[in-house]
This record gives sequence, structure tokens and C-alpha cells, in this order.
Amino acid sequence: MSGPSTYLPQNRFMKWLEARLPIMGLVHSSFIVYPVPRNLNYWWTFGGILAFMLAVQIVTGIVLVMHYTPHVDHAFNSVESIMRDVNYGWLLRYLHANGASMFFLAVYIHIFRGMYYGSYKEPREVLWILGVIIYLLMMATGFMGYVLPWGQMSFWAATVITNLFSAIPIVGETIVTWLWGGFAVGNPTLQRFFSLHYLLPFVIAGVVVLHIWALHVVGQNNPTGVEPKTEKDTVPFTPHATVKDAFFMAVFVILYAWFVFYIPNYLGHPDNYIPANPAVTPAHIVPEWYYLPFYAILRSIPNKLLGVVALFSSILLLAFLPWLDTSRVRSANYRPLYRQFFWIFVAVCIGLGYLGSRPAEGGYVIASRILTAWYFIHLLIVLPLLGFLETPKPLPNSISESVLKGGKVAAMLALVAGGLWLAMPQSASAQEHAPSPPRQKWSFAGPFGTFDRAQVQRGFRVYREVCQSCHSLSLLSFRNLGEQGGPGFSGPQVEAIAAEYKVKDGPNDQGEMFERPGRPADRFPPPFPNDNAARTANGGALPPDMSVLAKARGYERGFPWFVFDIFTQYQELGPDYIVAVLNGYEDAPKDFALPPNSNYNKYFPGHAIGMPKPLSDGQVDYTDGSPKTVEQYSKDVAAFLAWAAEPHLEERKRIGFQVMIFLICLAGLLYFTKTKVWAEVHAH
Amino acid sequence: MSSAEPTRRDFLYIATGAVAAIGGAAALIPLIAQMNPDASTLAAGAPIEVDLAPIAAGQAIKVFWRGKPIYISHRTEQEIKAAQTVNVASLPDPQPDSARVKEGHDQWLVVIGICTHLGCIPIAHQGPYDGFFCPCHGSVYDTSGRIRQGPAPANLPLPPYAFVSDTKIRIG
Repeated sequence: MSGPSTYLPQNRFMKWLEARLPIMGLVHSSFIVYPVPRNLNYWWTFGGILAFMLAVQIVTGIVLVMHYTPHVDHAFNSVESIMRDVNYGWLLRYLHANGASMFFLAVYIHIFRGMYYGSYKEPREVLWILGVIIYLLMMATGFMGYVLPWGQMSFWAATVITNLFSAIPIVGETIVTWLWGGFAVGNPTLQRFFSLHYLLPFVIAGVVVLHIWALHVVGQNNPTGVEPKTEKDTVPFTPHATVKDAFFMAVFVILYAWFVFYIPNYLGHPDNYIPANPAVTPAHIVPEWYYLPFYAILRSIPNKLLGVVALFSSILLLAFLPWLDTSRVRSANYRPLYRQFFWIFVAVCIGLGYLGSRPAEGGYVIASRILTAWYFIHLLIVLPLLGFLETPKPLPNSISESVLKGGKVAAMLALVAGGLWLAMPQSASAQEHAPSPPRQKWSFAGPFGTFDRAQVQRGFRVYREVCQSCHSLSLLSFRNLGEQGGPGFSGPQVEAIAAEYKVKDGPNDQGEMFERPGRPADRFPPPFPNDNAARTANGGALPPDMSVLAKARGYERGFPWFVFDIFTQYQELGPDYIVAVLNGYEDAPKDFALPPNSNYNKYFPGHAIGMPKPLSDGQVDYTDGSPKTVEQYSKDVAAFLAWAAEPHLEERKRIGFQVMIFLICLAGLLYFTKTKVWAEVHAH
Repeated sequence: MSSAEPTRRDFLYIATGAVAAIGGAAALIPLIAQMNPDASTLAAGAPIEVDLAPIAAGQAIKVFWRGKPIYISHRTEQEIKAAQTVNVASLPDPQPDSARVKEGHDQWLVVIGICTHLGCIPIAHQGPYDGFFCPCHGSVYDTSGRIRQGPAPANLPLPPYAFVSDTKIRIG
């Protein structure tokens, strides 16, 4: 903003306030009359989208903290309690987790927009550097947030990333111990990450204020890269940019809602539904998708310290972009050679992202090294040289002139597709060499899916008669059996089922623990008092708790299937895997060395499963006429486990439908409002 | 275009604003609802059953229900008589003893042990009436849990309860 405010309050109270704290004048000059280039395209909405997503993350985060416990013994269960018991807890959690992904998707598009249009060039260098600082803070915040649920990936990501600092010579180990607060990642680590995860978003908000301030001093860049010269080149921010941004934000929220309500676990990793186990490393540790390119860069350098240096410098180099790029011309619209290198750079980033999800073996390593090399070559060699070697196209004299001549911005559709692809869940689940499970038909699949009550009740019966003797279901309470959207037992039935179980209670007045019949409020009691007893009874193998098993299992989908899955809403990888394993017991092939105490299973990763075949035909006496076959039992118990893992599935999809209809109506109304508002501008 | 009459453009703006406002209000609902007691808290507040058999005459026990202390007092003949033979109109919070016990079960007094003054837990079998005495500010309750002296304005409240059998009550 430049010059004195043009805000003239009419009513007495506003005059009084304005004389003491000119906040309304600030809002007026910054967001109402503030001149904005008239030719901005929708790539310019992402700044506003980012501010919106920051607010969403802060609000959902504060509300989640009301229910979360930052202690290693309680963190995982407190998150599950949010998902199951807290009113709309499932919605708040999914909004926050998917909101982080949306936040990063928007920031990458925002950054690439800046790189394409030269928005980092003079006089916007400080604006750009503030942006790099915000990005670094976002990465730290996202990393620490991911640790909080204390799943397997949370724990091991914390271990790997904190261990990066051990690469620092002399003081590295000391720094790592200092970060951990112990000899390994543990409770002190979790608690301090919680504190900092709550703090950093407010630091981000502060830097965002500086970022917007720096922007308003120099004004927006625009697709031509030619600064506004006259009033004809700009329009007032309100209503023009306001309503255009509101429209595109609604479209963005439609994408966000698609993930939250229909494929909320698509961008996550199934292993994070397994509670953290310091003794077992997952077969493939991968970070969330938004860190994958940097993960690939880190792993491609064979030297520990240089790998860490490459990782950090790949981000820090961005801060020097205003000086690395020597061209006088801002916008790639007028730099035909740079434009090609830009798209190559985008492809390289997406490629690095894909490679970050692959195991660090064979051809993947070679490809990572090539792409990493190109990443640095682009920034350190191509950009400086291009400024001298390239002959840019002639620039328009002004923004108005370019608009009147119909100069259109090159469609950056590939950017969107690339951005979406970057958002792919590059989950490398430990499914090496095991075939993909066949797809089953599930009544709860798809946008209008619901659980088949009879099937879930049969599945519960299979659990009780077969699985329960070894597998606990500790996160479920008997009362869940009577809730909407599940097996739907009546109140008296739930009480009767609960009373069949013996639950530990006490101590009584004599100081002794005792057993009593279960009540609806009780959780399902575990079959063994502790893990060691469970192992002893099962040949050394620990039967996993099954409360979230259907979400803790998945399998490698491969390209292009994982792209189609976004549109088909395929979320039932866990149940498909469970059915496959239960039906997958076979005789081991002759050349397969089966370890002792194992059984050969076609679909189990590594093929050697500790559990002997649990189901046989006729084992459970169904009374509703369903076939008493292993195939039927396995589908029913998988459906039961799918409900146990996601008891609010039906409500989620139902509310999702209402939200999508609402958002489509809102986006439509905003589009027509935007057209009306811009009609006069477009006419001249 | 005259600005005196509403135009199609105005209708569009009003409609958009209204839809946006509805969306904003709807978005607030989960944020406010999440602070209400969650399902496990509600389940933990379900009714409890208490066995009265171990409680001897003249004895009072304290159980917790919904986070509140509840006195279950097995009253002696003396205590019952003292509670019943009182001029109800003279009480600060007039209530006959019969309204504070279940019919046929005079010997059982079940009250929430929270002083109606500022919330301390009164001590059973204390004070001039051998009822309850609150040490915080000296409120005195009788053997029916009714306020007699002191700053408390009301009698000790009764929880919802019922006799499942002669020796068992369900509170809640």
C-alpha cells in the first residue's frame, strides 16, 4: 500500500475507532481498493488458498488437541478415540490429515507458478525468500505432525529424519541426542514435537503476514511480467479478486472434500495404523508424498554427509533463485527456451517424487542420481546461462494491451496434472514378490456404500468363534455393536453379548483384582494378559490386534492403477488383502525354504506366515442360509473388520454427499457472481 | 440499470451470500459439537448398580457416578424418627422426609454429596443433627440431608435412582 488511506468512515463509531486504531483503513487499503493486475489467471488464487488452508489446519489442530494425549503410551489410542468416540472426531482428524496434503499441493503449485512467471525477480526477492522460509517451516511442522499419531511410520520417520543430523561432523551425535531427549526416539521426543507442532503454525502465520506485506509493497506480478503502468491495467481487489478467488477456492475445497469424505486414507500409509514398535522396522520406510522428491535426493548420494547437504541445499538454493536466474524477462510466456527447461524441471521433480517412493535398489538408484543431478544443473547452470543465451519474445507494452490483443496465458494443464501426480500416494508397501490380492465386491465400497448388517453380524460371529482366542479387539467397546452403521444389535442384545465376556476389574476393598461380566461400556477384553503371553501361546509370533487391521494393510498398486483409484475411490485394499490371505494357504513350492513354525501363504509378504490356516469349511454354523465356506467366512470377517476399523464410514459418506452437493452449488453461484462482477472489465 | 429495484444481479449476489453463510454456519457445527461429552464419556455415565447388603445400619458409603460423590446411608430407627418428626415449614428448604426416600425403603438415604453452597463434599455423621456437616463454610444438614444451618441455600440433591430389589439400587 502506498500513500494515505482513502478510507472515509461514515458512521460515528467507525470514525472514533479509525482515529485510535486505523485497522479498518488498513483492511480497506489492503483488501478492498488495493489495485490488482486485471489479467491474473487462476494460478494466482493459490496464495489465498494457502492462507485459507493455514486457517483450516490451525482451527482443526486446536480442536484435535482438546482430545489428543502426547504420550507414547496413549497417543495412538487417543487418536483412535478421536476417530471413534469424539463427536465428529473422524471428520476433524481427516480434515487435518488431508488438509496437510492439500496445503502442500497448493504450496507446490504456488511455487511453480512463481518459477514460471518470474515472480521471484526484482523487486520481489524478499517476498520470494519469505516464501522459502514459510516452506521450510511448513516442512518442519508437517514432519512433526506426522509423528504425533505414533504409528510405525511416525516413529521410524522420526528416527530417520533426526538421524540426519548425525551426519554433521564432531557435534552430530550430540545434536541428535539433544533432539531426542534420550538414547533413541521416545516419549521426550514425542512431547517436544507436540509442543513445537503447536507453535510453528503461528510462526508461519507471522511470516505470512510479512509475506503479504512484502507483496503489497511491490504489488502482484502478472502473466506478462510487465508491471502495471496505468489505472487501466488494474482492478480493485474487492470485488474482482475477492470473488474470483472465492470461486476457485470453492473448486479447491471440492477436491479437498473428495479426499476427506471418500478416500481419506489414500494419501497416507497403512503402516501408520500399526502402533509404533521400536523393535520392528517397516520393510519400506517412506515419508508422506510431499517429501518424496527430497527423500530421493537424499538417498541418491552415496555419502552420508553429502546426502544430507544435498537434501538441505536442494531447498535452500531456491532462496537464491532471484540471482541464479539472470534473465531480464520475467514471464516464461515470453521465454520460449526457458519454458521448455521449466517443464523439464517440473517433470524431474515429479520423477524424483515417484523414485522417492521406490526401494533404493537397482535402476531406481541410477534414475534418482540422474534426476538429482539435473535438479542441481537446472538451478546452478541452466538458469544462469539462459539469461545470456536466450532470445526472449517481445514483451507487450502494457497489461491492457496484452489483454486487448487476446494474449492468453499458456494453459498450464500439465502443471495441474503434475501437481496431482505429485500428490500420488507413492506407498511402497512391503508386498515384494507377493501377487496382488484379487478385488472383491464390497457393499461398503463407493460413494454410496453401506455395510451389509447381516454380513457384519456374521463376520462378528466368525471373529468370536475363530479369531478371538488369539486376536484382541481392544479399541472396540461392546456398545459399538449397537451403534448406527454397524452390525446394529439391539440394546438388550448388546448387554447379553457383553455379559458373555469376563472383564477384569478392581482392586476391590481387599486390594484384589477380580473378574466380572462385561457391560456395554467395557472394551473387548484381550485373550492374553500381555504380548509375551500371546507370543508364548503362538509359537513366538504375536497375533496383531484387529481393531484397525483393515486400514493397517494394503498392497502395491503400481502405475497407472493408483491414479485411477483416486477416481474410483478404491479404499478397500485392506479387506481385499485379508480375504486373499485367509484363502491363500497353499503347499509351499519345492524350491521354497519354509522357516520352522511358518505356513506358506500366497499373498502374505515373504510367503511365510506364523498363523496356521484358521478357517475351514463348515466351521461356523451360519443360520441365515449363507454358505458355510472359507470364502464366505473370510469375506464376512473382513467386512466386520472393515466396520471395526471405520465405524463411521456410513455417516462419512452420507455427510460427504451433502457437502459435495453444497459445494457444487456454491461454486456455481460464485462462478456466475464472478462473471457478473467481471463483465464490465471484460467489456473494455 | 436502476438501482432502486432489485435486479437479477442483486438476486445472484444475495443467493451466493446466503449459500456461503449457510455453509459457514454448517462448518461451525462439528467444531462446537466436538466439545460435548464424547461417546465413551456418555457410556461411562451409564447407570450403576450398588449392592446394599454389606452396608450395616448406621453406616454410610460413598460411590461415584458421573464424577459426583453419592452418599448411600443405612439409617437407624433413631435417624429415621429424627428426620420424620420435624416441622417441615420451619426448614430453610422445606421438604418432608418422605419426599427424599423411596416408599417402603425409609432406612435408605441416597443423596449427592455436594454441598449446595459452593460445592465441597460434606462429611457424613457429623454436625449437631448427626447428619452431614460441610467443613468449608459450616453448613449443617440433618439425617435426611436437608439444610438446617449455614450458608447453603438448598437440601442435598437426590440422584435419579430406583430399587432393583430390596438389597440393590440402580443409580442413573
